[in-house]
Amino acid sequence: MAQFRSKEKKTPPAISTQSLPDIIFMLIFFFMVSTTMRESTLLVKKPHLPRATEHVTLEKKSLVSNIYISAPSLQYQKLYGTQPVIQLNEAIEDVSKIAKFVELEKESMPANDRSQMIVSLKVDSKAKMGIVTDVKQELRKANALKISYSVVPKN
Amino acid sequence: MADISFMLLIFFLVATTMDTDKGLFRMLPPYQDPTEQQEDIKVLDKNLFVVLVNKDDKLMVEKKPMNFRELRKSCKEFLLNMNNDESDKRYPGYTEESIPGIGKVKVTKAIVSIQNDRSTSYEKYIEVQNEIIAAYNEVKDVYSLKYFKKPFKDLKENQQDIIKQIIPQKISEAEPKNIGGK
Repeated sequence: MAQFRSKEKKTPPAISTQSLPDIIFMLIFFFMVSTTMRESTLLVKKPHLPRATEHVTLEKKSLVSNIYISAPSLQYQKLYGTQPVIQLNEAIEDVSKIAKFVELEKESMPANDRSQMIVSLKVDSKAKMGIVTDVKQELRKANALKISYSVVPKN
Repeated sequence: MADISFMLLIFFLVATTMDTDKGLFRMLPPYQDPTEQQEDIKVLDKNLFVVLVNKDDKLMVEKKPMNFRELRKSCKEFLLNMNNDESDKRYPGYTEESIPGIGKVKVTKAIVSIQNDRSTSYEKYIEVQNEIIAAYNEVKDVYSLKYFKKPFKDLKENQQDIIKQIIPQKISEAEPKNIGGK
């Protein structure tokens, strides 16, 4: 009976890697479709957004400009303190710079989209309304009236 | 082949983010120069639903302190009830309007006014905004079930516009001021 069992130990056949590129391509396409490009590096701490149920999704990314309001990240705290500050594009700026920021953002859009510009306010939930109100007043002066308070969906 | 696609995959992993932007969408009123004399628009007291949020994140609704959980219910009640009786101070007045497709309906004159302090926390402010918008959405659902037998989100775009005419979303935010000091 022993001759049925072969003498040398059988090695399992290697897993075929022929379909590996296909699988990886599938993953690539998944990431290309479901993600968006990272816009700007944050100089402030990532805002801990408030939670809300009645949110809408901002469809047209090209119309949206972001304003971050949050405490400066650790390496900038010596310079700006620990109270929430405003980040426009790639720099921490004063409230008075918002008008200029809106103007520049509008210029980068196609002319017939400019009136539909949306400013997305990404504000840390710990921030006080004072700074938010100042930003809103500046936005009104700059005639950027469509705003969205960025939130995290609840349930 | 696999190496190249791996490289591309890693590039996309690093250069992109997953988060989609969701938010509460609002329109700001156009800027008015405070030095210019503005004619004050007279709004009857009974048409206003005043929500005050103080520096300790406490609510005062229609001159009475209110628990946060009751805000949505009481706002919805305010939006759904109306009468033109001047002596009734609780509910807002209305105008009769004929809307194509439905006929004559009562359109509420209600305006929700939110006032906050500079020291109110942003979190609370958003919660209040969320509750008010939620109240409006619930009222929209009430009307769309009444006239179209469907919830608001299932309506066609022109039907949604009709509902929006019946219940116009009027949320006013007062010019910033300090309620109760710094």
